[in-house]
Amino acid sequence: MRPLPDIAGEAPLRVVRVATAHDSAIGHVRGSAVYVDDIREPAGTLHLAAGGAPGARGRVKTMDLAGVRGAPGVVAVLTATDIPGKNDVSPVAGDDPMFAAGAVEFHGQVLFAVAAETRDAARRAVRLARIEIEPEPPLVTIEAARAASSRVLPDRAFVAGDAAAALAASERQVSGTLRIGGQEHFYLEGQVALAVPGENEMLVHSSTQHPSELQHLIAHMLALPNAAVTVEVRRMGGAFGGKETQAAQWAAIAALAAHVTGRPCKIRLDRDDDMIMTGKRHDFRADYRAGFDRDGRITAVDIDMASRCGYSVDLSGAINDRALLHADNAYFLPAANILTRRLKTHTVSNTAFRGFGGPQGMMAIERVIDAIAWSLGLDPLDVRKRNLYGEGRDETPYGMRVTDNILPELIEELEASSDYRARRAAIAAFNAQSATLKRGLALTPAKFGISFNTLHLNQAGALVHVYQDGSIHLNHGGTEMGQGLFVKVAQVVAEEFGVDFDHVKITATNTGKVPNTSATAASSGSDLNGMAAQAAAGAIKARLVSFAAEKFGVAPERISLRENQVFVNNEAIPFADLVRQAYLARISLSSTGFYRTPKIHWDAAKGKGRPFFYFSYGAACSEVLVDITTGEMKVERVDILHDVGRSLNPAIDIGQIEGGFVQGMGWLTTEELVFDADGRLLTHAPSTYKIPCASDVPADFRVALFDGANREDTIYRSKAVGEPPLMLAISVFAAIADAIHGLNPGVPVPLDAPATAESILHAVRQIVGWAKPRSARAHAEHV
Amino acid sequence: MRREIAFLRHGKPVRLDNPSPTLTLLDYLRLIERATGTKEGCAEGDCGACTVVLRRLVGGRPVYQPVNACILLAGQADGAEVITVEDLADGTDLHPVQRALVERHGSQCGFCTPGFIMTLFALYHAPRAGPLNRSAVNDWLAGNLCRCTGYRPIVDAALDACAGAAADRFTANEAAVRLALAAHDDGQDLITGEEAFFAAPASIASLAGLYLAHPDAVLVGGATDVGLWITKQLRSLPKIIWLGRVRGLDAIEEEPDAIVFGATVTHQAARPHLARIDPDLGELMRRFAGVQIREVGTIGGNIANGSPIGDTPPALIALGATLALQRGQGTRSLPLEDFFLAYGKQDRGAGEFVRSVRVPKLGANEHLRCYKISKRFDQDISAVLGAFKLTLDGARVASARIAFGGMAATPKRPRAAETALRGVDVRDPASWRPALAALAEDFTPISDMRASADYRRDIAQALLTKALTEIGGTPTRLTRVVGRREDINAAAS
Repeated sequence: MRPLPDIAGEAPLRVVRVATAHDSAIGHVRGSAVYVDDIREPAGTLHLAAGGAPGARGRVKTMDLAGVRGAPGVVAVLTATDIPGKNDVSPVAGDDPMFAAGAVEFHGQVLFAVAAETRDAARRAVRLARIEIEPEPPLVTIEAARAASSRVLPDRAFVAGDAAAALAASERQVSGTLRIGGQEHFYLEGQVALAVPGENEMLVHSSTQHPSELQHLIAHMLALPNAAVTVEVRRMGGAFGGKETQAAQWAAIAALAAHVTGRPCKIRLDRDDDMIMTGKRHDFRADYRAGFDRDGRITAVDIDMASRCGYSVDLSGAINDRALLHADNAYFLPAANILTRRLKTHTVSNTAFRGFGGPQGMMAIERVIDAIAWSLGLDPLDVRKRNLYGEGRDETPYGMRVTDNILPELIEELEASSDYRARRAAIAAFNAQSATLKRGLALTPAKFGISFNTLHLNQAGALVHVYQDGSIHLNHGGTEMGQGLFVKVAQVVAEEFGVDFDHVKITATNTGKVPNTSATAASSGSDLNGMAAQAAAGAIKARLVSFAAEKFGVAPERISLRENQVFVNNEAIPFADLVRQAYLARISLSSTGFYRTPKIHWDAAKGKGRPFFYFSYGAACSEVLVDITTGEMKVERVDILHDVGRSLNPAIDIGQIEGGFVQGMGWLTTEELVFDADGRLLTHAPSTYKIPCASDVPADFRVALFDGANREDTIYRSKAVGEPPLMLAISVFAAIADAIHGLNPGVPVPLDAPATAESILHAVRQIVGWAKPRSARAHAEHV
Repeated sequence: MRREIAFLRHGKPVRLDNPSPTLTLLDYLRLIERATGTKEGCAEGDCGACTVVLRRLVGGRPVYQPVNACILLAGQADGAEVITVEDLADGTDLHPVQRALVERHGSQCGFCTPGFIMTLFALYHAPRAGPLNRSAVNDWLAGNLCRCTGYRPIVDAALDACAGAAADRFTANEAAVRLALAAHDDGQDLITGEEAFFAAPASIASLAGLYLAHPDAVLVGGATDVGLWITKQLRSLPKIIWLGRVRGLDAIEEEPDAIVFGATVTHQAARPHLARIDPDLGELMRRFAGVQIREVGTIGGNIANGSPIGDTPPALIALGATLALQRGQGTRSLPLEDFFLAYGKQDRGAGEFVRSVRVPKLGANEHLRCYKISKRFDQDISAVLGAFKLTLDGARVASARIAFGGMAATPKRPRAAETALRGVDVRDPASWRPALAALAEDFTPISDMRASADYRRDIAQALLTKALTEIGGTPTRLTRVVGRREDINAAAS
């Protein structure tokens, strides 16, 4: 890691910008950090298991639960008829029943739940259900859904200029199809919730990114006012978007069981159930046509993207919108017609996953760039650079101007530091003499828009108390899933009060403390909650300063808080002493804080506006080695240069960059979701679904932060970092395509994602001209 | 005869006199002891979040075995000290591996962290020949999945903490623990319960008698597969016979031209011996699951289990291994390939168990190549595994023994290709064509979640081509992306 240079013009900071360890690091390594399943259960707690549909599509003909009810240890069996309020756990559209009733729409869809004295008894009882589905042929693939015009939402397009005319007038054209697989989140901690009934109220501990939404859904489901339900989450064992909407069903089932039995109820999904019953990243198919000039500059694109949304809407509208909003990635598209089709299939409803549609949109345009380079015989990096946003070429297809573009400098720096040109030459020399093994190289950029697409979500609240001993209680609406949000916000609050980091007590997110919060998502956690917490702390600080000014008879400007002390002129008193005196003088030592993102606006009907406060940037250069006889591939070296504005915590940010990159690499290489023709997920465990392990990380892995303040007024001029680095992994995919392309230069590489060994070998055979049709399985199930 | 399972926790004996035979160590820890530091991530031994360490005496010396508590039966801890993540720190003083992980920012969500800590704790105590490097650490960590960090800081922490000799409070109390563990090593047969039982016979004779009396019992070596019958299939297994205490069943016997592995030799123990036969076998064992599985999984179990995608049977078949079986006092032996009759069906009678497997070494003109194709290199199950033994006469193939996993319902030899290889010149690719064509006729593979039938057929041919290319003299740095023989040989010397 490159050290951060001194930042001119900034007051000296003591806590912010320091590479402080994660606030729970010691708890993590000792095993004392408490996750929901580790909470000591109240006496009499029941354990739940969910029963899923044995077919993907059809009417429920029989549901005989007599055996379930009679099984040892069973206390209650719950179905849709037990729900006092609304049978819905959806975020937007009201179309995700907590328990399906009458008909099922995906294999594994939950029909009932069992409450038993032990988790083992509940799991065994579930298997005694006799359920028959009147089967109808399920739509499983994108192609099948498209042919059947099966949609969860209407198609949507962004149109900029007259793309058809511009394409027709283009000197040159390329066209093709790219299939992009989905992705299982594989958070290490599976879905879990513990509901504890109270006096006409319900307390739910859940591993969720969105406690407020759970609160509201559970209240509606139980026909209670929102105020009667409290949701708390101290930490999640990973989430990645998979606990934004997907935690709700389990929390609601636990709450219903607690409501019906009057006993605390816990549900923790077995890993296989978790993988079968919860949504994943959307798979996409992109059909593209692009026009360009002889230098490789794009004149027009037509990109038709189709996504597998699964059986319900969930967040598919916003996810497909974000795919549209990132189908330009970093490139100026003078004329564009970009369409997304939101297809309904009889598979689990796909959902948020780090990047939220952005990665799929960017994959499409990066393939377009590669195809242009291949057709012109140019280095793809040169084509990328020629198409970057720039002066007079700065308007996105959705009408927002890119005014903070740092990619030209950033790419220049990475191109030099990664020694791109020399390695390009070395690789060409290696490939010329190597028959079986081929190397590939690619340098790809990422530009990611920061703000929720849904405007009203761009708000946050915080609650800060200062106690009489000077200790500080910090609470805000953001949730901790490992990303380091809590440590960053605590750094901000400690900085504000001029105290050491450990004076700030971080507390669990709780809907009773900060209400009406947005999901911790869209990389927005520290931008929003950092500002809200700073506002809360700042309000208390202002009262303390004003109190001290009056008490000591000095102007407020002569008072400063730092090093755990309050300096009045040149005299210092301990922070805790001033707090105590302020308390005795009846000064309020508690405050809420609130923040809403400025400047953003969006006309959803027209698809125009400024949906993003700013952009985060980065670029990666990846080198791979491919065995063209087996398709096996190894990533050998990766250089990353990434923009986090001015970092709040460089250690946390580097962790997000590395982790995001590796997760993206998994998505595009080894992680393959396979459904059979009946809609059953076959890869529902880590034995068959392969996320990267330690040896998949490139042996030579160089990660640096790009220096530069956010041009917008964010918390200490930092930038969001949660999602953007995932998309740096597109460089790995492009490098594999580059290695294959060398086998028959000029021919487009039909490589689909994930680039498993099988997918790579298939592309190799296609390009060298001894292709044969893909197997039935590949056709039926890999899309 | 002992009637209770006994292991050490925090220096004190824990006795389980009539537990469910299928109680896992993880459920013991989390549900009975209520020590919740150890996590369940997958309940199938793939993610490593449940890793704990068993400290055992092996040849009188304490060894630190990392194991997956989720699929380890509590009874398999018999005679060991169970060490979990809560036990490492000394008051507020973190253990060196804990401190290094904090300093390197090696945890994010923290859920996988206890498992990583325990694998690193085992690495910290593992005897090492040379200096520790990144790729050695990667091997140790192959059985621990992290979804947040990208592993780099965890590997850095391992390199920081595990470079030197172990010196912690566990080395400090080794003498006392040695005495306590030795006291547990009573040489008695162990059986809890009557109708349902967990038994751990102490001798081959006891095992033979017990299994004859209870041929419906399930024999458990490492429980790395049986554990999933329990956690995933929720199968009722009332009678369990664990082989881990059977004295002599884990023997490794050296013969002039062969190595004989007792049925309960673990993969970890077999690895250096197989590597001596050929570097490709060492590499195969390196990629076999993760260290937690290799520490308890057995050579006999990988065979007796009968999986068509087990990693060792194709390699052992190519080498011409023979299997010894025992029933009561009687023994018999048969070529390993004849043991696999059909999918899920092996030539093993009621009350009969795998006693040992005899693995011939390579002769002067014999060449072995072994390749594993999987979606992920490390800790994955083979889509296809190909093992090739060619006996050369000059540049000509005198005879070929080949076996594949993942190409049929059992590990299987492609007899037509073997025949067609006779007389082939390994330096003349044109002469290979009939054998490659024959190979396509030898198998009718299936499509599943690991690979399509087409890909499997293509790969079988590609691997035969690779074997011929390499045996013909092309160095593996030009033919392989991982597991190069030159690198392995250089590291070994």
